[in-house]
Amino acid sequence: MRWMWIDCIIEHEPEARLVAIKNVSFSEEHLHDYIIDGKPIMPFSLIIEGVAQTGGILVGSIGRFKEKVILAKISKATLDCDVTVGDTIRYDATIERIDDAGASTVGVIDRRVAGGDAWERIGRVELLFSHIDNNMAGINFPKHNFVFSDNFKMILDTAGLGELACD
Amino acid sequence: MSRDEIFEKIQEVLDDALGVDEDEVTPEASLTADLGAESIDFLDIVFRLEKTFDFKISQGELFPEGLTDNEEWVADGKLTDAGLSMLQDRMAHVDFDAFSAGNRDISKIGDLITVDSLVNFVEIKLAG
Repeated sequence: MRWMWIDCIIEHEPEARLVAIKNVSFSEEHLHDYIIDGKPIMPFSLIIEGVAQTGGILVGSIGRFKEKVILAKISKATLDCDVTVGDTIRYDATIERIDDAGASTVGVIDRRVAGGDAWERIGRVELLFSHIDNNMAGINFPKHNFVFSDNFKMILDTAGLGELACD
Repeated sequence: MSRDEIFEKIQEVLDDALGVDEDEVTPEASLTADLGAESIDFLDIVFRLEKTFDFKISQGELFPEGLTDNEEWVADGKLTDAGLSMLQDRMAHVDFDAFSAGNRDISKIGDLITVDSLVNFVEIKLAG
C-alpha cells in the first residue's frame, strides 16, 4: 500500500494540468513528531511528495498509466511559509515537456489557512520524472506497473477520472 | 547566435540543471567527471536546451544511448571499431579522439561529453 499525500483531484486538463488538494489534519501522526515553536508543521519533504504525486498522475495519465512514472529529480523547490493543521494545500501541476524518456513538470503550491477563504501562493517545485522502462542508464525494471497502485486508481475514481486508467 | 552567446546560455542551463557555479562551466569541463552529472541529469539538460534554444532533441541525439544492447558496438566493456565509427558518424558534436587513441572503456564514454560538445551541438542544430 502506498502512502498518499493528496486527498483528491479537483481539476484536470488532459495532457496539460492537474490540480489536487490535501487537508492537513492533526490526526496524521507524523505531525505529532514535527513541532516547531509549539506548532505542528507539515514537513516540506511531504509537501514535495504531494506535488510529485499530483505531477506523477498527470504524467501517467498521458500514457493511460501504462508507463512506470517515477520521480527522478527535484530540480528546484521553494516554500515561503509553513503549513499547519487545519490548513488546506493545493497542488497545481503543469507539464513543461514530455517524451519517451520522461517528463518535466512545474507544481505551484497554494495554502488556504484554517477558517479562511483565500488561497495564497506559497511555493513552487520543478520536478523531473522518468519513464523508467526507457531510462537512459539502460536499467531493467519489473514488468508489472508497481507505481500506479490501487490507491491511485481510487483517487482517480473518486474524482470521476477512472476512465483515464487502462484496464 | 554567436558561439560565445551559445556558451553563455549553456552555462545558465548547466547552472540550473546541475547546481554548479558558472565559473566551473569551462569549455573543456566534462559533464560527468567534472560537473557531476548523472544519467537523469542528461534528460534534464535535454529538456532545458530545448526550451532555451527552441528546438527539439530526439532521444539519443545528444548523448549516446543503448550502446551496450548491441554486441557489434560494445564487446567486453569496450567500444568496438564499428561502435566508434557509428558514434563518430551520428554525433559530430563530440570529440572522440581520446577514445580513438586509447582506452575505450564504455563506462567512461560519458566523460567525452564536455561543455564544448554541447556548444557544438547547439551550433549545428541552429545552423539547421
